Amino acid sequence: MGRKAKFNDGVLVKKGPGKKAKKQGEPIIPVALKDNEGPKKLSRHQQLRAKKREEKKKESKEKQVNNKNKNKKKKQISKYNSDDEESEENDSIDEDMEGESEEVDESDNEEEVTGFTDDNKSWLKPKQQSKSKKQVVEESEDDEDNEEEDSDNEEMEEEEEEEEADNDEDSDISEEDDEYGVSKDDEDNEEEEAEDDDELPIEKESKKLKKEMAQMEKEAEEELQLNIKDQEKFEFPETYDIEQLTLQDVQQRIRDVIVVLSDFSKLRDANRSRTDYLELLLKDLCAYYSYNEYLMDKLMQMFPLNELLEFLEASEVQRPMTIRANSLKTRRRDLAAALINRGVNLDPIGKWSKVGLVIYSSQVPMGATPEYLAGYYMIQGASSLLPVMALAPQENERILDMCAAPGGKASHIAAIMKNTGCLFVNDVNESRIKAVVGNFHRMGIINSVITTVDGRKFPNIIKGFDRVILDAPCTGTGVIAKDPSVKASKDELDLQRCFTLQRQLLLAAIDSVNAKSQTGGYIVYSTCSILPEENEWVVDYALKMRNVKLVETGLDFGTDGFTNYRNHRFHPSLKMTKRFYPHTHNMDGFFVAKLKKISNSIPSDADKVVVSEDEVSNDKKQSSSEDEAPKKEQMTNGKNNKQKRKAENNDSSSSPNKKQKRENEDKKDKSDNKSPKNKFVKKKQFNKGSSASPNKKQKSENDDKKDKSEDKSPKNKKFNKKKQFNKRPTKSDSSPVKGNAEKKTGTNASPAKGKAQYKNKKNFKKTK
Amino acid sequence: MKRLSEQRNKILFEKLAKYVGPNVKVLIERPDGNYCFREKKDRVYYLSEKLMKLSDTFTQQQLVCAGTCIGKFTKSNKFILQITALNYLAPYAQCKMWLKSSAEQQFLYGQHVTKGGMGRISENTEKYSGVVVYSMEDLPLGFGVASLSTAECKHADPMATVAFHQCDIGEYIRSEKDLL
Repeated sequence: MGRKAKFNDGVLVKKGPGKKAKKQGEPIIPVALKDNEGPKKLSRHQQLRAKKREEKKKESKEKQVNNKNKNKKKKQISKYNSDDEESEENDSIDEDMEGESEEVDESDNEEEVTGFTDDNKSWLKPKQQSKSKKQVVEESEDDEDNEEEDSDNEEMEEEEEEEEADNDEDSDISEEDDEYGVSKDDEDNEEEEAEDDDELPIEKESKKLKKEMAQMEKEAEEELQLNIKDQEKFEFPETYDIEQLTLQDVQQRIRDVIVVLSDFSKLRDANRSRTDYLELLLKDLCAYYSYNEYLMDKLMQMFPLNELLEFLEASEVQRPMTIRANSLKTRRRDLAAALINRGVNLDPIGKWSKVGLVIYSSQVPMGATPEYLAGYYMIQGASSLLPVMALAPQENERILDMCAAPGGKASHIAAIMKNTGCLFVNDVNESRIKAVVGNFHRMGIINSVITTVDGRKFPNIIKGFDRVILDAPCTGTGVIAKDPSVKASKDELDLQRCFTLQRQLLLAAIDSVNAKSQTGGYIVYSTCSILPEENEWVVDYALKMRNVKLVETGLDFGTDGFTNYRNHRFHPSLKMTKRFYPHTHNMDGFFVAKLKKISNSIPSDADKVVVSEDEVSNDKKQSSSEDEAPKKEQMTNGKNNKQKRKAENNDSSSSPNKKQKRENEDKKDKSDNKSPKNKFVKKKQFNKGSSASPNKKQKSENDDKKDKSEDKSPKNKKFNKKKQFNKRPTKSDSSPVKGNAEKKTGTNASPAKGKAQYKNKKNFKKTK
Repeated sequence: MKRLSEQRNKILFEKLAKYVGPNVKVLIERPDGNYCFREKKDRVYYLSEKLMKLSDTFTQQQLVCAGTCIGKFTKSNKFILQITALNYLAPYAQCKMWLKSSAEQQFLYGQHVTKGGMGRISENTEKYSGVVVYSMEDLPLGFGVASLSTAECKHADPMATVAFHQCDIGEYIRSEKDLL
């Protein structure tokens, strides 16, 4: 959560150059961007060997054509390669070569025979002749080569072969091309010469030049194609084996993959899908930044890849230390002067805050200066000033900070309130609340009540606050720099736990606010996480479950909240929330949303969020003492909206299942005491309306439900219960139809009987 | 939160009077509403009555602190002021002592004040009266008991202790957990 009271650790300002000041290493240019230098120049010996290899290939081709003595040759080659039988090899090779030449001769003869017998011999003849000539030449060369080979040291060869193995494929191809090209050229030239005997020498020259130019162009183009191919080449690793790679290799690969993904259709390996690439990237990122895969996956879904890298890098670097001047005891200018005297290098945090200071360097520990001890300032992140600014507390208000430890934001609120009004500071953790006590006394805050209550139960104890700030416990993905353990430790279950708790807390926070407050009625929800699950989704949930609307936070920077995230479509007003990222705003990752409570009633169902206008007006009329209010309301409702209610009544009576369903839903949704409450309300309504017609009673039900669910405290509950049964017995109603029928009898029944009935009903429900 | 008993009330006010003299009245009768002392688990809190009423909604276990904790009663029923009371002692203090900046740090680590470290002292300080200790920039650092009167101080040895240490603001860090 990043809000631990780090009085000692967080305070030290490093003297040396920070991580950021580190010298940049040599730039690592991705393979794809490197200039290709073309094929390597081979040494003379290598060239010779390459030639030989080609010739051998040609031979083998010819042999395939001839299809004779294949097996023998193979054996010989294998022998040739083995070290053991040198002498034998040599002999055999000699024999072989002889054999080969014989074979070739034979084949030539055969070919000649076929050529002559053919009908086309007139034009076939010269070519075959040339071929045979070539072959003869090659044979002679072969012989020479073989002789050379014999003299060569075999071990040397093998080594070289290994070395060349890489170059072989490329260089072979290119050389072959070149040779063929040249030979073709020569032939062409000869032909042309033969054709254009009558041309002038200068014309011949020009033609030749043109040809050469064309040839050059062709080659250049081919080379270009080759280069492009090389550039594209990011070889997808066959197996993922992170241990074999150094960290730099991994980094290189991350960049390569991102390059590929940036222009996927062009640079991709045809056999690999985008998911393959993304998986590889995910694994690499996890390895390089030591995140767990779940969290990295979440982050990858949130950010585009370039931004993701920026975020990850920024999360490795500590944010600059910031302090907040305590306006209760000093002014920022005086504090800055005092600190500069102690050798602190500081600056105002920015135009947006009048109390923030950034500490660049300090010769004394910032958490132990006499100024700190005297409560002149508080060490607190820049981002934690934001929710308080969004809350905009006023003097003489009643304000609640639900999850306060270590009290940075709460003390900021108290300072803005100038120690007036009443500030309730709550945190569930008893050990952390001690930090709040210490800080508050140090800062000289006297208007606070510090408690340790589970925030979810807070509205049961006290409500009617003008403003509530909820800095909910979260996974802390925005403050990874502060607490790197987040990277490895948070998984799906943690996240789920977090946002469930956040939802419950936010609902509790909303419930504890008084919508009719003169000055406020605001709730600020903030987290130091950047995951939408903990932010937009939670707020969206609250929008559905309570009568609240989003309002502008009043912060003029930060990026807008998401309205679309993957498959989620949030309420469009979520654009008014603000997000802050370490890489764009140089403060901790943060989320701030400001809600305004519209009405104190709690919609019993998500469908009923939209409150009709007359109901809202009723809410306004409602006096603060809630016992009187329902009566009045019933009167007005009953008279004005008879027709309307009838329709509703019919609806509800026609579908008993619906009600049951609703109850179940209420139970599910963990605003703890909600469901039992609703039951009571229903009962109460029946009681009161018993003198009126059954229809009316039903009609008023919905309204009452909303209004009365306000008083949630256990005291009130009990009170209501007693009141109901003393007044009159009731029949409530898992099925409204039944309820209607029984109500008439219920009106005449004695109180005692009513209680009994109630008990029965309870049992009935249980069994159901 | 409960009212202090008569006896404890007396002990408390006697103690406070040592430091602030007749200004104790000012603590009770304030222009911004009535303030009162309340006791919870032997600790004494000073808070406005409005706040006190609101804090009554919480149970003993839930309530950690309301207003300002100024000290605690020991088992032998003596009252000990805590550093948290400094906010109220400093403005009304009768006897004051200012420390040189070189001696500040020593005092903040719990040492007594020596003559050498003392910069100034208010005129009419009597022996064994409570003094509030300030830095030369009028930053309240803590409080203690004068071991010598003003007159005696003038002739004292530089190493002689002029004030015994009782509380200093370094305790906010050194013993945060013991504050409550």
